Amino acid sequence: MSAVKPDTARTPQLATLPGDDVRQIMWRFADRYDLQMLVQSSRAVARGPVARLVADGARNTHEWTEEKATLLEAYDAAGITSVFIDPEYGGFIEGPKNLAMGLAAFELAWVDGGAATGAMAGHLGLSPIHEKGTADQKAEYMRRFAPAQPGEDRTIERSAFALTEPIPYVGVDTGVLGGKVSVKEWKKGEEPILHVEKRGRFITNMAFANFVSAAVDSGDERIEGSCMIILEANDPGIYDRGTPTKKLVHQLSATSDPVFSLDVPASRIIGGYTVKDGVIIPNYNHGEIIDSVFRRTRVTVGLMTAAKLLSAVEPVIRYQRGRFRGGDSDHPGSPRHELGLQQKEDALHRLVDIWATGEASASLGFAAARLFDELDPMDHRRDEIFKAHGIPEGRKAIRALTEWTDRALEYVRLAARPEEERDGARFQELEANELIQYLVKDALANVLCPAAKLWNTGHGANMMREAVSLMGGYGVTEDCPGFLPQKWMDAQLEATYEGPEAVQRRQLSVTMTSPIFLARFEEWLKELRAIAGLRPGSGACTLASAMDLWLWTLRHLLGARDADGAPLYKGHRQGVTFPMADALCWLLASRYQIMDLIELETVGADNPSLAEALPGFVNFFTDLSHVQAAAAGGEVARICSSLVFGYNRHPSWTTESDRAYSARELTVLENVMPGLCSCATDAFDEDGDAPLKRGPCVRFDGYEPFTLRRAKLDGCLSGSRLAKDAAAQALTEVVVPEALDYPG
Amino acid sequence: MSAGFHIAVCGSLVPDPLQTLEPVDTPAGPGLKSEMMLPAVLDPWAAHALYEAAHLAKNTGDSKVWLVSLGPKARLQQLMMNIAQKVPFELVALDGPAGGFSDAYEVAAALAGAVEKIDGLDRPRLLLFGGRSSASRDAGVTLQMVGERLGITDQFLAVDKLTVQDDGSLRVLERVEGGVYQASVCEGPPAVLAWSTGELPEPPNNPQVGMQNMRAIMPALQQAQPAAVSAAGITYRNVEVPRQRRDTKIVKDVPAEEIAREIVEWLRS
Repeated sequence: MSAVKPDTARTPQLATLPGDDVRQIMWRFADRYDLQMLVQSSRAVARGPVARLVADGARNTHEWTEEKATLLEAYDAAGITSVFIDPEYGGFIEGPKNLAMGLAAFELAWVDGGAATGAMAGHLGLSPIHEKGTADQKAEYMRRFAPAQPGEDRTIERSAFALTEPIPYVGVDTGVLGGKVSVKEWKKGEEPILHVEKRGRFITNMAFANFVSAAVDSGDERIEGSCMIILEANDPGIYDRGTPTKKLVHQLSATSDPVFSLDVPASRIIGGYTVKDGVIIPNYNHGEIIDSVFRRTRVTVGLMTAAKLLSAVEPVIRYQRGRFRGGDSDHPGSPRHELGLQQKEDALHRLVDIWATGEASASLGFAAARLFDELDPMDHRRDEIFKAHGIPEGRKAIRALTEWTDRALEYVRLAARPEEERDGARFQELEANELIQYLVKDALANVLCPAAKLWNTGHGANMMREAVSLMGGYGVTEDCPGFLPQKWMDAQLEATYEGPEAVQRRQLSVTMTSPIFLARFEEWLKELRAIAGLRPGSGACTLASAMDLWLWTLRHLLGARDADGAPLYKGHRQGVTFPMADALCWLLASRYQIMDLIELETVGADNPSLAEALPGFVNFFTDLSHVQAAAAGGEVARICSSLVFGYNRHPSWTTESDRAYSARELTVLENVMPGLCSCATDAFDEDGDAPLKRGPCVRFDGYEPFTLRRAKLDGCLSGSRLAKDAAAQALTEVVVPEALDYPG
Repeated sequence: MSAGFHIAVCGSLVPDPLQTLEPVDTPAGPGLKSEMMLPAVLDPWAAHALYEAAHLAKNTGDSKVWLVSLGPKARLQQLMMNIAQKVPFELVALDGPAGGFSDAYEVAAALAGAVEKIDGLDRPRLLLFGGRSSASRDAGVTLQMVGERLGITDQFLAVDKLTVQDDGSLRVLERVEGGVYQASVCEGPPAVLAWSTGELPEPPNNPQVGMQNMRAIMPALQQAQPAAVSAAGITYRNVEVPRQRRDTKIVKDVPAEEIAREIVEWLRS
């Protein structure tokens, strides 16, 4: 494995924009030709029919038009509709499909987020059935959702997902559902007939959905709790698709506010039910189902915003270079002609930031998608695994899992050690245990999913605004190349639907304190220090120092109290927990970006078609990683400092302090001891009064571990601006195509 | 004897036409700057030939299509992720350069050799398809030479339409000057048909077709034989991109009539 030297000569440079062969390696699907083909087919739809619709102004209507409906056929033909379907039901991808869906959504969102949402919404509607449905429900609805197989004469049925209400586990009105289900008719020995009253809000795909997975609460003492239930368009009663939502964004998806008043058999309860003492008990309440659905689909949404950022790079470069061409002062061959706005450092630096953010968010999102692919087989067998290990249901499980958590921690520690230094037999034993593997992966998934959703979309929306700003006035017109203003606005919806930012922060504030996750985090920190030894230009050292600061701060906050003696790290103190969640997202994204860089360098060397280009890509992505690590370090330092010190009361003036000086004294001492003035001292003027602009100063007694870490992190920013300069220089030299490959 | 055709389509990758192409000198002769890094597509002329071949095979029972490609193996694999989803075919891969500066004579020899070795190919039923030209360099002679090497003398080198007539003969329309066609009839295969644009649109991607194709394509790529193709002995005095013809104009909201009018004006000028 080669190393990037600290004095890496900035040649060879980035020659072209990264192509598929680079991305396949970085995002780990170089050996999956099914996924590679999915990327190509999704891309053809995105840059063909989708782009043409956007260019033709189809986004200017709220209604679901015939033009927009043609996209459904394009999705069907390209295999996007059937991505989610297992081969036994007519799909073409074996095994878990989180990465597949992420890639398809990424490609569609490269052009239009609404198209991606519309394509994925059908999967969302089917997800409750896929995750928790009975075998019969899966067989029935998967088959109906799948494209017609040879010899079949039928049309594809579409689905929608009707929740709208807050989800459990997020601390906001948990369990409050607008929809009600009651027993309409229950003849002895027959299936009960239920009546569902449900109003949906902001429901995607409702313009054409044939069936809906709806969340409802019990409105009848003969039904326990809540559930999700399948509603069909031809059920008796009202299946009103509602009026189109007047969205300002994502107009290529069909969204409306439907009304349902339907009678359905109890067999439609997703996951089935049992009857006990005359009460229908759903096997899964709506919270259990939604949790298992959203923890996957949110990752896909995060990848959509990542795609927008990366898609902005090419049109911005082309705009920058061509900005002055054709003007009176333009002379072909001159720097003004060749570089245009790229003569200006600011324009380049800002584009570097956008690209670096796009890389980091894609790395985080695809890492999360891959993790869910690993977790899925175990997650679907969770109850079975728990039962096999004697883990009871409900709250008793928490106690029973304590012992297994300790073993999981042991596994995490062993896994991070070199093979020759660990107890191999013990490691094998722990690795072979499904429950341990489940706990380890689940702990990480519970962090990565909200992190990808929160950071990619929230910070991504901010950075899309940066991209728009780089296009000048062009950036707020429909003619802006690459549809950048539309993408900017769309990003705001992506930050909102499937759980807005506060929901993700709330979830992170709980899951990021998991001992298993924190153990993993500690091992990553060590790993990054080792990486920094080989690749000091990658920002790994900066990132490790930032992670160290965050970890110390978290542990401090978990036990600290504010100036009034109230504990700091509590669920309701979102001023503490939420910023820490934000800070963690920066760290995670940067970490996965560096890991993707290493993957490219190591695996890319085996790809003959990359042989010539690889050093340039590695150099450039190294610089981007460094830039992003420095940005993450800055955010983490700011947040941690404000939380560690911000809840202490600011000191008042006191003349009794052993560190109080008169201003004149201090001036004299400064001559003897240069720098003394910058120390934490209180100073008084000649009259003994407190000067307006000096002090009283805080003291750092007891905070030395923090200040040392903070100082180290500041120092670790060394080289990060040089990396940005180098990346900026590369942007002036990289060859871009003559035109976008879609009519944007 | 079966009425079906055995259609071998010769075609390989070229840089995506939207890319900025810049000729450079390399130790092996002229080349394109960063050529190995540029996104590639199936040569548009060859692509027309492939789609026509698949269409013909679909409508003529007991027919089969092979795509014979000479190019860097790893690059061909990338190309297949897209092309393999378009239409059913089997790949015959030759691992070698796909640049525009190889000697057409050597390329033809390699392609002809590969066609000869196709297992199960019924030579009397062979239709040799390919592009009349290439987007990488317009030599326009390769397919003709492949045909010669295979002993096929019925050659049509600017085909836009092929009709299989009731008696099994082939009616061929070839593009000639002034927007008119030359109509020819030959008794049947074997024949060489070098396609202009044909009449078919690019088929949409179908991953089911792709998954089916890839079962044979991946082994074919792994078993691709190296092809010794070069430009040895050829001296290029000057190499340049025909920049005037590569002006790209992106338009939207322009009616087809207006676009047609502009094209006519451009042609007249």
